[in-house]
Amino acid sequence: MKERLEQIRQKALQQISESETLEKLNEVRVNILGKKGELTDVLKGMKDVAPEDRPKIGQLVNDARAVIESKLEEATKKMERMKREMIMKSEVIDVTLPAQKAQMGHRHPITIAMEELERIFNGMGYEVVEGPEIETDYYNFEALNIPADHPAKDEQDTFYINGEFLLRTQTSGVQVHEMEKGKLPIRMVAPGRVFRSDEVDATHSPSFHQMEGLVIDKKITFADLKGTLQAFAAELFGEDTRVRFRPHHFNFTEPSAEMDISCFKCNGSGCRFCKGTGWIEILGCGMVHPNVLTMSKIDPEEYTGFAFGIGLERIALLKYEIDDMRLLYENDIRFLKQF
Amino acid sequence: MNTALSWIKAYVPDLTCTNQEYLDRMTMSGTKVETFECLDKNLKDIIVGQILSIEPHPDASKLIVCQVNIGEKTLQIVTGANNVKVGDKVPVVIDGGKVAGGHDGGPLPENGIVIKNGKLRGVDSYGMMCSIEELGSNRDMYPLAPEEGIYIFPEDTPVGADAIAVLGLHDTVFEYEITSNRVDCYSVLGIAREAAATFGLPFHMPDVTIHETDEKIEDYIKVDVQDQELCPRYCARVCTDIRIAPSPEWMQRRLAASGIRPINNLVDITNYVMLEYGQPMHAFDYDTIAGGQIIVRRAKNGDEFQTLDGTVRKLDDQMLMICDAEKEIGIAGIMGGENSKITDQVKTVVFEAATFNGANIRKSAKRLGLRTDASGIFEKGLDPVNAEAAINRACALIEALGCGKVVSGMVDVKKPIKPLNRIPFRPDRINSLLGTDVSKEKMLEIFSRLELVKDGDDIVVPSFRQDLEGIADLAEEVCRFDGYDNVPMTLPSGEATTGKLPFKLRIEQKARDIAECNGFSQGYSYSFESPKVFDKLLLPQDAPERLAVVISNPLGEDFSIMRTISLNGMLTSLATNYNRRNKDVRLYELGNIYLPESMPLEKLPEERMQFTLGMYGKGDFYSMKGVIETFLESIGMKKRVKYDPNGARPYLHPGRQAEIIYDGEKLGFLGEIHPDVADNYDIPTKVYVAVIDMPKIMGFATYDRKYDGIARFPAVSRDISMVVPKNVLAGDIETMILQRGGKILESVALFDVYEGAQIMTGFKSMAYSITFRAKDRTLEEADITGAMKKILNGLESMGIELRQ
Repeated sequence: MKERLEQIRQKALQQISESETLEKLNEVRVNILGKKGELTDVLKGMKDVAPEDRPKIGQLVNDARAVIESKLEEATKKMERMKREMIMKSEVIDVTLPAQKAQMGHRHPITIAMEELERIFNGMGYEVVEGPEIETDYYNFEALNIPADHPAKDEQDTFYINGEFLLRTQTSGVQVHEMEKGKLPIRMVAPGRVFRSDEVDATHSPSFHQMEGLVIDKKITFADLKGTLQAFAAELFGEDTRVRFRPHHFNFTEPSAEMDISCFKCNGSGCRFCKGTGWIEILGCGMVHPNVLTMSKIDPEEYTGFAFGIGLERIALLKYEIDDMRLLYENDIRFLKQF
Repeated sequence: MNTALSWIKAYVPDLTCTNQEYLDRMTMSGTKVETFECLDKNLKDIIVGQILSIEPHPDASKLIVCQVNIGEKTLQIVTGANNVKVGDKVPVVIDGGKVAGGHDGGPLPENGIVIKNGKLRGVDSYGMMCSIEELGSNRDMYPLAPEEGIYIFPEDTPVGADAIAVLGLHDTVFEYEITSNRVDCYSVLGIAREAAATFGLPFHMPDVTIHETDEKIEDYIKVDVQDQELCPRYCARVCTDIRIAPSPEWMQRRLAASGIRPINNLVDITNYVMLEYGQPMHAFDYDTIAGGQIIVRRAKNGDEFQTLDGTVRKLDDQMLMICDAEKEIGIAGIMGGENSKITDQVKTVVFEAATFNGANIRKSAKRLGLRTDASGIFEKGLDPVNAEAAINRACALIEALGCGKVVSGMVDVKKPIKPLNRIPFRPDRINSLLGTDVSKEKMLEIFSRLELVKDGDDIVVPSFRQDLEGIADLAEEVCRFDGYDNVPMTLPSGEATTGKLPFKLRIEQKARDIAECNGFSQGYSYSFESPKVFDKLLLPQDAPERLAVVISNPLGEDFSIMRTISLNGMLTSLATNYNRRNKDVRLYELGNIYLPESMPLEKLPEERMQFTLGMYGKGDFYSMKGVIETFLESIGMKKRVKYDPNGARPYLHPGRQAEIIYDGEKLGFLGEIHPDVADNYDIPTKVYVAVIDMPKIMGFATYDRKYDGIARFPAVSRDISMVVPKNVLAGDIETMILQRGGKILESVALFDVYEGAQIMTGFKSMAYSITFRAKDRTLEEADITGAMKKILNGLESMGIELRQ
């Protein structure tokens, strides 16, 4: 009995080691351990064994079974791994073949600039508001301290519908709409399309975009204007950007300024990009003129404020190094795809 | 405005700084310098020499050999110029020196031309004698220079002197950008005053001493101003014994540097004073003035008048004229008349320095189409006080230049001059506006530099500073001269505010995101377009789209109406791309259309944001439809969108267009562009467009979301295949199925449409998969059968047969 068991064990182990496929291994399993298998046969022959020997023989049978099963298991796992590896070997691909991309569209650079500015000013607590593109003379000029007959009206080359209505030349009129709502304090930016009677060329367009900013509160100072726009410039053009404020004139602000940033190409040392000055003009700004506050029923002794206007095309042209404004309105897909 | 620095220095004599420093400091105090040009940039080692002898060149008949004394030595110089003679004093550039240009007066080379000793046709030449063009200038600047050949100095010029200095070329011309509020700075004196204040140096006004003759002006001329609103002040003075001659070189150069060509002493003086004082002047020939009388009045409608440029101009009754007892002699503030202009034979002149209504001058000049240097200044609105100062300066120059004698007195007709503006001095307020801590003393010191005088509690503003009205203006003056750089940088304190993006803009942002995810790139097109657009889009004559806002002064007809439909911009952009052979182009735009209630415009038109998509190449009607539905779903519009094919939009293919309807509301349309319209835009391919009227969706769009649970019970599907009359719309079949399927109907999906062989003509085969599910139980066969029966009955009523 014992010899038989040993014989079965030897035979099984040999067959296992000789098996080359999972099917073969399965055959071994069936032949040895199956219902009609050899080892099962031995168990069936237990009735012929003396009762006192039975536990011992049983133990031997179980031992043999355990050994065979573990060997089978081991061989099966090994075989499965080999098989999987073979499959994977056959599945090698050329990873350098072209990718399959969803065809994504692209945002226009003006919108990218606009959303970037909205993000920055949203973060500083400014609400984004809008105003009409066709405006009245009052909101575009008069309420901004630009009286009838003022040369600024000619200078700005306004498109008129008639004496009263015009295409807004600046987003500044939105300031007035916002102030008239009578809700203070105000922190707003107003992006939008504006129009001036300029012929189309590389640096001019009769239609372009601005973003107006307005803050009205008690105790707002020119220093606050400088600090705010410095923070804006650092966010938009990088932490190291320096700003410079130069005196300027706008009817609706006093004092007024133009803001330059240090040239981001040469970092202020002077290059072709900044025409050798080291500075790039970015925006106009100033403290809201007392006349403007008064006309909008805000007491300039109690409230002060600042305003600024940024040309979005200018930002886009500078930031993305676009050398011809006409590209912005042609909508050539080869241009748009670069953003 | 261009001005030589030497002219500024004439009034700020202590000014010493580099050009760059001047540019920087002036710019930072508010007088922006655009650029500057050094006149001696490319001039080096040029000396006044005197020609001692001239001999012919042995081998070249067109050359001569000169011995030239340059002070410390004598140089032999060969030249081809033929205008020199022995004894002439000429500019000589010596070995290693530099000149600015060639003798032909062509464009100046960037870095000038270096001159070296050399041989000309075998004869040694040690340097070069220069023409005015080689010195980088021209005869406009130096009218005394010969037309061709070497520049010749006056006889009294010292030999060996720096020729560049003698010519006044150690100078720099600065170009300023003057802001429109600073009328006073459109003058050399105004800029000089700013320069003195900027650098903290004394400022000197020019000398205006006049030695008047015994004659009295009243005996010469009377002035009658009939419209004082348009002419608040009129000053006149008379000069006799006029001798016309060239003006001195210093005056010629200052004029030329400012871009004004010197003509003769009298004309030059008027121009010089205009530049210096910012007050245009006019000189009339006294002998042409009838009756010794000047009358200032409006023209009559339809009058004609010949200006001194020889052109006959049509006048109207808004234009102010200068007249004598009989006739008109000048258009006030714009241009004098041919009939009274100064000739070389003039004996006596009448100077005019007046103040005119700026707006009136501007409008008149515009209507005449005649914008002159003078009108450009007058239209800014001048200080009446300045007129008197300027006319006296002109008379002083007449004397000083030996151009004539000045008759005693001035005729001065004026409205009472406004008292000087007084602004209460509130240093605390200035500091609180600026966020600074500038001392009261510092403020007053700054004001004194600007001739702002403290009187009691007020600051008194000089008449030339019309721009200073209130405390904010004073704050700017303090800030300018204490330095914008010295203002600290702080952030606003006070109540916190929320940075919001309004819902409308968030929806537009989503529209952009969805369009881009579907391969559409964003375009921008103009809001104004041509009225021909309507014909291009095949819109009938009575189409409501033809009611458009018209621009009264457009850039041209092609930009003359505000768009009422967004398709033209899209089709134009697609055409541009097609024309450039770009494949598979998908564009979108978010922009307004402008719908007037009526024309002429009486109230603001409605501005409606349009979400416009357009494409050609890959994709069809249904891909466009997919984009629309994806967008609507993304903004919470989850109801079924309906499509009505009967919109009859003329610019779309009659069989391939649909109105987009949501919850009974028309949101927009989509379709294939009508081939005729595609032809009109030169796009010979299929073009698909969709337009969503964004205001319409605002009532439906929402970012509210509610969790609806995940189905826990199994779904049951039934596929049905049917033969459908061709004219029955899938949308109608689906509507019916959805209505009849009851609560347990989860979805209905078309999975096949087929027309052709095996299907009867006039019919199509369609196959739907219908899915049922209950939220609270597993469906039983009876539920499904019941629902399907209703659906099948419905199909039957639509003339649809099931396929077996």
